[in-house]
Amino acid sequence: MHKDQTDMSTAERIRGGDIRLASRLIRNLEDKNPRAREVVKELFPWTGRARVLGLTGAPGAGKSTITDHLISSYRATGHTVGVLAVDPTSPFSGGAILGDRVRMQKHAEDKGVFIRSLATRGALGGLAAAVDDAVHVLDAMGMDRIILETVGTGQSEVDVMNNAHTVLLALTPGLGDEVQTLKAGIMEIADLFLINKADQKGASKLYQELMRMLNMVSEHHSGWRPPVLMLRDIAHPEDFAQQVEELRAKIDEHYQVLVDTEVLAQREYRKARLQFLNSLRTSLLDPVVHELEESGELKDIVQRIADKRSDPHTLADELRSRFLR
Amino acid sequence: MAQKNLRVMVAKPGLDGHDRGARVLARSFRDAGYEVIYTGCHQTPEQIVEAALQEDVDLIGLSCLSGAHKHLFPRVVRLLDERGAGDIPVIGGGIIPDKDISYLYEQGIREVFTPGTHIQTIIDWIEGNVTPREAL
Amino acid sequence: MYFSKELLDSCSSLRKKWEDEVRRVVEKHGERDKRFTTVSDHPVKRTYDPLDIQDTDFENDIGYPGVYPYTRGIHSTGYRGRLWTYRMFSGMGTARDTNERWHMLLKQGQTGLSTAFDFPTLMGYDSDDPHAEGECGRCGVAIDTLEDFKILVDNIPLDQVTTSMTINPPATVMWAMYCACAQEQGVPLDRIGGTIQNDMLKEFIAQKTFMLPPEPSIKLISDTVEFGARHVPKWNTISISGYHIREAGSTAAQELAFTLRDGMAYVEDVMERKGMHPDEFAPRLSFFFNSHIDFFEEIAKMRAARRIWANVMRERYKAEDPRSWWLRFHTQTAGCSLTAQQPYNNVVRTATEALAAVLGGTQSLHTNSLDEVYCLPTDHSVQIALRTQQIIGEETGVDNTVDPLGGSYFVEKLTNEMEEAAWEYIEKIDEMGGMLAAIDRGYPQMEIADAAFRYQHQVESGEKTLVGVNKYVTEEAEECPLLDIDEEVERSQLERLRGVRASREERAVKKCLDELRTACRKGDNVMPHCIEAVRNQATEQEICDVYREVYGEYRDPGLF
Repeated sequence: MHKDQTDMSTAERIRGGDIRLASRLIRNLEDKNPRAREVVKELFPWTGRARVLGLTGAPGAGKSTITDHLISSYRATGHTVGVLAVDPTSPFSGGAILGDRVRMQKHAEDKGVFIRSLATRGALGGLAAAVDDAVHVLDAMGMDRIILETVGTGQSEVDVMNNAHTVLLALTPGLGDEVQTLKAGIMEIADLFLINKADQKGASKLYQELMRMLNMVSEHHSGWRPPVLMLRDIAHPEDFAQQVEELRAKIDEHYQVLVDTEVLAQREYRKARLQFLNSLRTSLLDPVVHELEESGELKDIVQRIADKRSDPHTLADELRSRFLR
Repeated sequence: MAQKNLRVMVAKPGLDGHDRGARVLARSFRDAGYEVIYTGCHQTPEQIVEAALQEDVDLIGLSCLSGAHKHLFPRVVRLLDERGAGDIPVIGGGIIPDKDISYLYEQGIREVFTPGTHIQTIIDWIEGNVTPREAL
Repeated sequence: MYFSKELLDSCSSLRKKWEDEVRRVVEKHGERDKRFTTVSDHPVKRTYDPLDIQDTDFENDIGYPGVYPYTRGIHSTGYRGRLWTYRMFSGMGTARDTNERWHMLLKQGQTGLSTAFDFPTLMGYDSDDPHAEGECGRCGVAIDTLEDFKILVDNIPLDQVTTSMTINPPATVMWAMYCACAQEQGVPLDRIGGTIQNDMLKEFIAQKTFMLPPEPSIKLISDTVEFGARHVPKWNTISISGYHIREAGSTAAQELAFTLRDGMAYVEDVMERKGMHPDEFAPRLSFFFNSHIDFFEEIAKMRAARRIWANVMRERYKAEDPRSWWLRFHTQTAGCSLTAQQPYNNVVRTATEALAAVLGGTQSLHTNSLDEVYCLPTDHSVQIALRTQQIIGEETGVDNTVDPLGGSYFVEKLTNEMEEAAWEYIEKIDEMGGMLAAIDRGYPQMEIADAAFRYQHQVESGEKTLVGVNKYVTEEAEECPLLDIDEEVERSQLERLRGVRASREERAVKKCLDELRTACRKGDNVMPHCIEAVRNQATEQEICDVYREVYGEYRDPGLF
């Protein structure tokens, strides 16, 4: 506000709360625009303050509704909240319906809440990399709490969870083989299990299944055994709000355990490693692919492999020696 | 491999819940390759505008069947202006008598689509009039 | 067995011969389409014969009018005893405007009243709430307090006319106002008759006029059913509605299935929550169907509806009173079939749909006006719509015999197919744990959205014809005069509301609302408290805000 807007850099304006610009930056990151990386570099020193919650589960598990209530809880204690809500891209058209924010629209006018929807954009979209950076953007904007919401049925959605300090897996009874539809690996990374709509038939069976599964794990890292929580009675707002408070307390407790046991540092290390490797891949590979596409060479290469005139490894090695000089 | 997707908001201002058209449109937009931000029913103009900014959309499509379009559509345009986002085009649809259409144009609604409009007509309009935002 | 073995055998051989002949004709001349389907995309065969209904049992499946399973109608004399009720839905602007329209309609020969409320009233907001901006009086009448309601029913003898109120989330409030007005006119509650729509499940499924989450919404509905059964015995406390499900784009079979399954959910809740026997309340349940443009499909749907309902009430819920088995219903012609293009064509669509409703055996009927696409009809267009019913009822003679289409191979077969399709849905919803669980999962919503999407593409590709829209299009615009709602309406409504707020006894209002809040918390029946609150000039929204506070608010989940 002290400086004229035009004198401020993009990064400064975003840190100053320019929501639309932040959203544009996230779009440019999704589009893999090289200039967007420059802005993230400038924002990076301001990151590292936010606590990141990953919320995942099968479609219909009520994730957005839980997010909506957690936002209310965080806002009641004066925390700012950023939400990155990921919905799947249609493999047929490349389009997507991003409908998660419908269930959070009551926070639309709250200046302390920033909700941004993203599409998965398929396997080539690099969702994890875009989300990595989007988290940095929200973090640098001063969001105290960041919620990453994805459907836990694809690998890219699971990869996104690497950004989270705490991973919350939402389940509901009555969806049948819901546990089976989730991507293998997601059960292992969950720090908290939540049985939503626990007043529906089948809740206690689901609870027992989860308990049995957790009992099979001989040792929980950092001594944290993932608790199984329940949410019920959404029709009784006061009771429901109380349960959300308990959920939030558990999330906070888990974070504290991470801090106390130095697991936090390990996770930050792992996250940094992944981010670096992602970025390296982007900065090494993307220009190469771009050039091959522009020159039309990529098409020839692929055709040669398809015609069995050469193999992928030989051609990749050839290109390495050409580009990595 | 930069891909650019159009981000389009489909919003329902007003108190009516007739979302048949809005939902068919949202699905058709997805099938046209757009990323569609859907707000659900009963949105105030304020909610719509804030969501549009947070989502950095390229277009806002409003659907209203309650008869309050003359009040609600211009209000969305006005609020966008106030928030420095007057560049986001706003189009509207629903049960809108001919005599209201010119008023809506005057108020800055870029295009009005009435019942019976082919979805392809709307998509053609978008293709001809809306491009994804420039990079930073 | 409906037919003898000899007949079926000879039918088989005759059919074979005929099919050979048809094959030759089709090879040579072709047919207009590869596939013939109803507007719901249900396949229709070239012709039907006894073989198609050989498994249909005359006594158990068809029978006689007024006899279980009532496929042919609930009354043994059909319309020979009494015609259906001409019930035109109306409401606009202020309570005074609507009251004048009502008096006009009664003078024109209408036999029942029906109210449309404006959106703020439908959603439980007062006219001075920010949500109401631009909406006041626009698509119906605005009601904030008992003062408005008294004007609405001014000089209407509430013991002589029946009134239907299209109101859902705040149904308890509007009904309480009606009851309070009757008492002021000196009419005891057991003498008033009418209907409140009060069907929240279809709101979650289709129309999206909601306020509270599903569970407490059902609780309030069961309160009205109980209160009605004990104190207002001539009132229909729920009008279980397929109309809006269809308008949202469902198929005929979906409309049938979801509506009946909604009805079953209400029956189950009253039995469970209130401990009442179905015979204590089921005779006052009524239904409301859409009559769409596909003539025979609609008739089949209505016939199947009666048969399924009779069966579930008798077999599933063990009702013993035949009146509990009756499916009584109101019909409205399909608003979604009307077109803004060439609006006068709508008169013909409406007439066709009205005829289907009559042949389907409706108890009352609203015929859409040609300009209803634009919300509110003019006096003249309402008159044409009413005359349409009167011509069908009093000139055409279609009502001289009961269920004239009974026994038609095609209609009976289509009735069977409707029933089968509906049962398939009903059983699926049963498996999910009932309608609330299915709604929570978005199941009916998604089925309807898929059907709507499919239909839109059929229209756009020209596979389904809409005259004046995708065929026989004319260049010049054909305008009809439209009713304009004066901006003055909002001003005068706000003024009256301010007046009421200024003159009422605030302490009494607060006391009533506190008592209502306590009743909500304790799970008591809210109706007596509601009546007390409106008498003391509590506004609609003040009462609804108590509900919102105790039960929470429901918002569009926007499922795709």
